[in-house]
Amino acid sequence: MIKTDICIIGAGPVGLFAVFETGLLKMRCHLIDALPQIGGQLSEIYPHKPIYDIPGFPAINAQQLVDNLIEQIHPFNPTFTLGERVEIVARQADGTYHIMSNEGTVIHAAVVVIAGGLGSFEPRKPEIPGLADFEGRGVSYMVKNPEAYRDKRVVVAGGGDSALDWTVFLSDVAAMVTLVHRSDSFRGAPDSAEKVFSLAERGKINLLLQSNLSGVRGNGSLSHVGIIGKDKTEMLLEADALIPLFGLSPKLGPIADWGLAIDKSAIVVDTSDYSTGVERIYAIGDINTYPGKLKLILCGFHEAALMAQSAFRYVYPDEKLSFKYTTVNGVNAF
Amino acid sequence: MADTIHITVENQLGETRQLEIPDGINLSLMEVLKASDYNILATCGGMALCATCHIQVLEGMNTLEQRGDAELDMLDTLPDADDQSRLACQIRLSPALDGLKIRIFANN
Repeated sequence: MIKTDICIIGAGPVGLFAVFETGLLKMRCHLIDALPQIGGQLSEIYPHKPIYDIPGFPAINAQQLVDNLIEQIHPFNPTFTLGERVEIVARQADGTYHIMSNEGTVIHAAVVVIAGGLGSFEPRKPEIPGLADFEGRGVSYMVKNPEAYRDKRVVVAGGGDSALDWTVFLSDVAAMVTLVHRSDSFRGAPDSAEKVFSLAERGKINLLLQSNLSGVRGNGSLSHVGIIGKDKTEMLLEADALIPLFGLSPKLGPIADWGLAIDKSAIVVDTSDYSTGVERIYAIGDINTYPGKLKLILCGFHEAALMAQSAFRYVYPDEKLSFKYTTVNGVNAF
Repeated sequence: MADTIHITVENQLGETRQLEIPDGINLSLMEVLKASDYNILATCGGMALCATCHIQVLEGMNTLEQRGDAELDMLDTLPDADDQSRLACQIRLSPALDGLKIRIFANN
């Protein structure tokens, strides 16, 4: 079990800055994020986009801001669990929490800070009747172990980079790969698209353009995938595996089940300290809501500062907190 | 040019209503739909990143400006997009849109 003072769920800019604000008050942090890297949506979605409303930076690239934050919190030696999604937040008898991930990691913390941004990024699923029944029984939304598809008949659906790349990769592994795509061209990397067209010409893959998934069939596990083609008629293709790759979409996910007040996919907080209605659980950044809420990084930074002052009482119940300026006291590492 | 922009909106339940939007407000169609209490999340806030403001244009496609790269890339990843699909966050309101008819497609 990982032991820490504060467990921060979400390693985006606001979660990172929360390490700084709590670190000034001698509280240690462990961060956990569903994405495999630090930085949240800044690193995942728009690393090269400039941000113009960070005070003191007329313009800064999203990834540069993340890198700067990592440098800024370095003195406080935060620890990370990446690529794991928090499933359960369980209150212990003494009021502290156990935070458990989908991979079985357990973190013990006095305080939980949810800095989950838009939520966790989850695969976008096509709306096909019965699809969920075959999840794990032939249908998966990501390729974890390509060897699992050796000598199988695989249907990949989608037109983005991951659909193209996996089609190319699996063409050497699987018995047959069929790529189903809605339009007749690809917007993914031209190189990958060219490879896919070339594989199709050589009969190495089955390329179905202007086609859509329409159904899944099977007795217990997947046996056929329904596809509606150009001519609007449905055909049933024999298949052992279906991999719909339609990108990632932010979802609130398990956070919705933790007993917190939720309004329009955001956690309702008290603006005096950004606490939720549940003791020792705070929510800061884009994930929270209150009258006048603005989803701005700079607002999340402010929220982190107020949260830290409030959370202190749970980590150091016997100590009195006195507010200090970094200009006077510096940043004391630990 | 009209002083008021009329946009007919069909929601996820199939109910249709006409919105009257004063010309000159500098908003996207997504922002107008949100302000009109339609059930769209618009999670990413208008960056063409989440597709939770996915709409189908029923009439007036030719009055809209062309889709940009970010929008085309996102639409291309959606399982249920078609030629009439747009992201409402990428449509700026202008008098040219008067008479537009849309259906909210995003399933939230």
